[in-house]
Amino acid sequence: MAEHREFFYRRLHSLLGVVPIGIFLIQHLVVNHFAVYGEESFNKAAAFMHDLPFRILLETFIIFLPILFHAILGVYIVFTAKNNVKRYGFFRNWLFYLQRFTGIVTLIFISWHVWETRVQIGLGNADLDYSLMEGILANPVMFWFYIIGVISTVFHFSNGLWGFLVSWGFAQSPRSQKIVTYGTLVVFLAVSYIGVRSLIRFAYGV
Amino acid sequence: MAEQQTVRFIITRQDSPESAPYEEAFDVPYRKNMNVISGLMEIRKNPVTANGEKTTPVQWDMNCLEEVCGACSMVINGTARQSCAALVDELEQPIRLEPMSTFPVVRDLIIDRERMFDALKQVKAWIPIDGTHDLGPGPRMPEKKRQWAYELSKCMTCGVCLEACPNVNDKSDFIGPAAISQARLFNSHPTGEMNKSERLEGLMEDGGIEGCGNAQNCVQVCPKGIPLTTSIAAMNRATTIQSFKNFFGSDNAH
Repeated sequence: MAEHREFFYRRLHSLLGVVPIGIFLIQHLVVNHFAVYGEESFNKAAAFMHDLPFRILLETFIIFLPILFHAILGVYIVFTAKNNVKRYGFFRNWLFYLQRFTGIVTLIFISWHVWETRVQIGLGNADLDYSLMEGILANPVMFWFYIIGVISTVFHFSNGLWGFLVSWGFAQSPRSQKIVTYGTLVVFLAVSYIGVRSLIRFAYGV
Repeated sequence: MAEQQTVRFIITRQDSPESAPYEEAFDVPYRKNMNVISGLMEIRKNPVTANGEKTTPVQWDMNCLEEVCGACSMVINGTARQSCAALVDELEQPIRLEPMSTFPVVRDLIIDRERMFDALKQVKAWIPIDGTHDLGPGPRMPEKKRQWAYELSKCMTCGVCLEACPNVNDKSDFIGPAAISQARLFNSHPTGEMNKSERLEGLMEDGGIEGCGNAQNCVQVCPKGIPLTTSIAAMNRATTIQSFKNFFGSDNAH
């Protein structure tokens, strides 16, 4: 392993994007969706997540450290590519470019989102409840920032899931890679819906 | 409609590896069914630019003239391909020729593809059979396997896949698609298979297979139609298994 460090880091980067980060993303958006069933329903679910045993350890090892590693190596990967979609405008080349573009958008979004919610709650400046998100998303600028952020994150996850299946060698044949493309498109649409639906509820109460 | 008289070529030229590139235009007498190379040959016969200025003949690399040697790759109207197989009648005019930007320019359209040969060394893309005594015949290869392995063996190290790859550039040391596919070719050979872990180790070195970002331009541009992305995915699986063997395995016999 020592002599194959780059290989190991890149495979780990690919894996971490799906397990645990991708799983956490889906869990996060699904729990958010409780908002659609009412303020009380969301508060109950948020309190359950907040009061999980060993929460700090779970957050550190399932969320913070994997995302930090994925983000740092990810930014490096973005800057070692020389995008050429103008010359070679193939479908997969566009997705390659978008994967890098949404990676940066997602990093900006997540940094802001964590600062505004988890950090402020940790500092005691805010409480984890429905009204926190309601207050943030009542501002139309923030609402659209969140819409773009969530869709970008979900795109990066869905297309990254395709990349994971190819990079680890699960999907080899052109046919299997094509079917996985359709599968990840369904994942993108479904998870985007879950995320955007809660945002609309927080912002407009419908 | 009047018969076309001349074809205009706009060529990116460079006098030496260090000097700055510049463009020159040439009007070449049109002939039916001419290709880019025959146009370049006309320029060599009469190196006068479209402005009527005498200049040095444009240098380019070529060999077989039938798309099997890989020497004459260049960027034609923005796309990397073989100039011998680029027919003027099928190209938009004026025809723009540039050297492939992924490789160091030697002069004009001649580039140095040495990094591709280094890549083949990194993955040990050969079958070691030389010895001090006759080893006898090797194991036979199933016909079905031979047929698809033959497709991989068509690679001519032309460099078009590296030129189209967004991850092969001066900021990364990615080995490129060609050598990865060659590792798969030699690993599928019944005799070559005996050294397959050595080739996989080569792919797992820094700058190896992990540099692939699955943009999949390579398979689209390959002039020989080699299933490069299938090869890369197959080697992704093989290196994954090899890394598990290396870490969890009980001995070094794999």
